[in-house]
Amino acid sequence: MKKHFGLISQYAIGTLFGWGLIISGMSNPQKVLGFLDLAGSWDPSLIFVMVGAILVGLAGFYIVSKRSEAFFGGALRIPTRRDINRPLVIGSFIFGIGWGIAGICPGPAIVALGAGYLKAVVFIIAMLVGMKLCEKFFSAHKQKPTQA
Amino acid sequence: MQIDWLSFTPIPSLLGGMILGVAAALYVLLHGRILGISGIVSGLIHPKAGDMAWRVSLTLGILSAPFWAAFIFDIRPIVQIDTDWLGILLAGLLVGFGAQYGSGCTSGHGICGLSRLSPRSLVATLTFMGAGFLTVFVLRHLIGV
Repeated sequence: MKKHFGLISQYAIGTLFGWGLIISGMSNPQKVLGFLDLAGSWDPSLIFVMVGAILVGLAGFYIVSKRSEAFFGGALRIPTRRDINRPLVIGSFIFGIGWGIAGICPGPAIVALGAGYLKAVVFIIAMLVGMKLCEKFFSAHKQKPTQA
Repeated sequence: MQIDWLSFTPIPSLLGGMILGVAAALYVLLHGRILGISGIVSGLIHPKAGDMAWRVSLTLGILSAPFWAAFIFDIRPIVQIDTDWLGILLAGLLVGFGAQYGSGCTSGHGICGLSRLSPRSLVATLTFMGAGFLTVFVLRHLIGV
């Protein structure tokens, strides 16, 4: 029973997250590009999104730091690595180039897909291929990449 | 620098950002995980028994956000994709590859990582924002796409 509640909760949080992207305007790639275009006509909205998210997030992660278990059971799976290494920097740089080309990152891509945009299909398939390629090329020195 | 006052939406963006923060906070409290979309989605490409249902549920939740927003609040997302097909293809490849290699994206590093004061995520966020600024500068102002 608890497992089913868990899955419903996953779905509901996914929808809430999608709403956050829609309301903040971040589901619109042109708005993201407007933020990234410092030399053009600049739209600072993304800073407000980050500030809003982090203010709430700080409280959430503070509460979690006092706990040892997730509400739906199981250990907390929070990354513990603190080393700044090459894959982190190079990977993030490559991510940023892709983000700068289209103004789309993974969350908004899924929202755009749900809103019926065909270009989101192409983006997501290409994204999955990119992830697969990364795994293929860099499986030798795995260190299975722990997310975030 | 010139501010685009017509596009600037401080209140909805702050509010939407707070909703993103609530989602990330609920996620870690209830499920004990980082709400990092690239990591959750990348787990779908090599299916492992017992590790799929939650990833699929979360992804379906995001996917149906526009439907529920329209159904409940009569809000429809503005999605303007002006990049051509080739650009979309290239952007998708780079975003997927980079997020996998760099262990996260705008949600995992940007929102969750900064919220838990992770030095790795701070470096990642500054790096991908810098790369994004640079890319848009080159494309819009040097090449003129």
